[in-house]
Amino acid sequence: MTPLDLLSDYTIQTVVLGAGLLGVASGVLGSFAVLRRQSLLGDALSHAALPGICLGFLVAGARELGSILLGALASGTAAALLMLLLTRKSRLKTDAGLGVVLSVFFALGTVLLTRIQGTGGAAQAGLDSFLFGQAAAILRGDLPVMGAITAVALALVILLWKELKLVCFDPLFAASLGLPVVVLEVLLTMMIALAVVVGLQMVGVVLMAAMIVAPAVAARQWSRRLEGMVLLAAAFGVVGGITGAVLSAAGSGLATGPLIVLSVSLIVLVSLLLAPERGLLWEMARHWRNRRQVRTAQVLATLHRLAEAHEDPAYPSEQGTIEAYYGGAMGRVLRRLESRGLVRAVSHPPETTLHWQLTAAGLAEAERGLDGPSRRGAD
Amino acid sequence: MQAFFDNTALMIVLTGTLVGVAATLLGTFLVLRGNSMLSDAISHSIVLGIVVVWLLTHQVSGPVQILGAALAGVLTVVLTELLVATRRVKNDAAIGLVFPVLFSIGVLLLNLYARDVHIDQHTVLLGEIGFVWLDTVPIAGYPVPRSLIAMGAMTLVNLLFVVVFYKELKLTSFDAGLAKALGFAPGVLFYALLTLTSATAVAAFDAVGVILFVAFVIVPPSAAYLLTDRLGRMLIYGVAISAASTIAGYFLAVAWNVSIGGMMATLTGVFLVLAFLLGPRHGLIAGELRRRGRRRHNECRTLAVHLYNHEAGPERCEECVTSALREHLSWDDAKASRIVARSLAQGLIVQDGDMLELTEKGRAAARKILEPWRR
Repeated sequence: MTPLDLLSDYTIQTVVLGAGLLGVASGVLGSFAVLRRQSLLGDALSHAALPGICLGFLVAGARELGSILLGALASGTAAALLMLLLTRKSRLKTDAGLGVVLSVFFALGTVLLTRIQGTGGAAQAGLDSFLFGQAAAILRGDLPVMGAITAVALALVILLWKELKLVCFDPLFAASLGLPVVVLEVLLTMMIALAVVVGLQMVGVVLMAAMIVAPAVAARQWSRRLEGMVLLAAAFGVVGGITGAVLSAAGSGLATGPLIVLSVSLIVLVSLLLAPERGLLWEMARHWRNRRQVRTAQVLATLHRLAEAHEDPAYPSEQGTIEAYYGGAMGRVLRRLESRGLVRAVSHPPETTLHWQLTAAGLAEAERGLDGPSRRGAD
Repeated sequence: MQAFFDNTALMIVLTGTLVGVAATLLGTFLVLRGNSMLSDAISHSIVLGIVVVWLLTHQVSGPVQILGAALAGVLTVVLTELLVATRRVKNDAAIGLVFPVLFSIGVLLLNLYARDVHIDQHTVLLGEIGFVWLDTVPIAGYPVPRSLIAMGAMTLVNLLFVVVFYKELKLTSFDAGLAKALGFAPGVLFYALLTLTSATAVAAFDAVGVILFVAFVIVPPSAAYLLTDRLGRMLIYGVAISAASTIAGYFLAVAWNVSIGGMMATLTGVFLVLAFLLGPRHGLIAGELRRRGRRRHNECRTLAVHLYNHEAGPERCEECVTSALREHLSWDDAKASRIVARSLAQGLIVQDGDMLELTEKGRAAARKILEPWRR
């Protein structure tokens, strides 16, 4: 199949649209979760959606996405509120609150799942896709539901942009302005549940955590502004989602959720390494350059000190002496100084080893460096 | 003896209890340190360890599996800490990045190489404790369930770890800085704790599945934490809650014909909610009662101070009457008469017609607030 054939394929079109919606919703809402250090909220809420999925199924009596997602949203919201209640009204820390909600709701979900399996027979087949995600299980009729949820979430973000931004970065200031901080925090938490719900069918409850965290973390590396971060996170989410979903649906037979997660994680890795300013590779290069500069200046200063001690500005110092000071090969540093015209290689008979002498420029440079504020009384 | 091992219900409950006890022993320290979500991360990424070891050795359980999973668990923590060390990613986000990747790789490997084998993703995730009695090994002529042996061994190891390093674990959980200063290597102990968590997770996975294992790691210790301030009791309460959840969970699951492991884990949640509501010192209801008591106490003291301020002045007739409380303290009539009645009962004031007068005890209470330096 050529790429063009792929795009005109009916199933693939559905999958691409679904993955796109998933990417937008989780990228945008995940940004707020990551900034508020609630990255694992997505993990907890997606696991907590399982009982709701089962209840929705039980109520509707069939795999009907509308009621299933409504159930997922309801149980996700209940879990979020319970988590907030546990951490605010008891001495449990956030991690324990999240863990409690995650595991107990999931346990309840497995109980309901076996209940359905006991009664429903083959009808529960569609429910399996919610555990690990299955792009091919998405129907064209599911898209409007996913689209509507995404639209609601995006509308809320746009309407409350200023308030949400303030709550993310400075909740105390927001409270002092009279903003209802608790209400906004609850709202943000519930919006994570919305994002989770959009992705459930594609990625599954187990891996939805990564979809909340990964696009946002990747976007954070490229942008210092919330606007840029949110837009980029949405873009990364879409790219990763579509890549994984198409790979899975194009017939590889591999589970969709893991493929999407690995695609998005790859974007994170590239961003961490290569993003301008924050990229780890650039930092390593900067670090290496700094070290080289410092080392060069040090060697120059050593040559100058030796010359001073011998009261001869042109004193030839033996390379071995300098290497003994630094405990390693200094040839490359000295060659670099030579290429800048600061030192020159000389011989010093009767010794046969290599010696180095400051040039006039080197002498001036060394004195300039030593007159700086960092001069230490080593002599 | 034969009857003992033939009793399916007993085998299931025993295995479940061992899972609960082994998990709770370790979970107590994770909850106290605030690292309990790491157990969730670890229990997902051990899937990778299980799959890789299976691909290499074709063994689904046994010591090699436990070792492989332990390594996968440690790998999760190491990668998370590496990410945090770059200072580009916060701790919570790092956890959320690492374990899904490892889990995804594990699931894809299963997809590629291990279709139709015993370790499909559902077993790993959900487990089925109802089948533990099917997989037995003969020991001294008796069919002993394999899971029971694995869990028994892990429970013993964990118990030994907690007993031997009790003092060190206590110190590192409550004051890691001091522990380090005293030379107790909190980092080593932390890794040991997480390695044991991974090993226990893999031993437990075919009994209850990894996510329900997380329930036993986090929920009973959290419930116990709401009930007591002492580490020893927290461990004991946690173990008791685990055991009660597994036993009650088994019978409820059988009665309702639902997942046994799921029901056991759900019940830990019920116990947590009970502890949250009814805990003696930290419970919601106890806290509310305490707050109400304090409020009442303060109201009586407010009245005493009010009377004390005005009892010597010329405005006494105007201020020290019940009707003044409404305007000057802005209490409505019902509230005012309630507080007056309570203060009378406590002997802080005496009532003389409409006039309220402080007793010596009431004067002392007011003085304690207004002039605390006078003894």
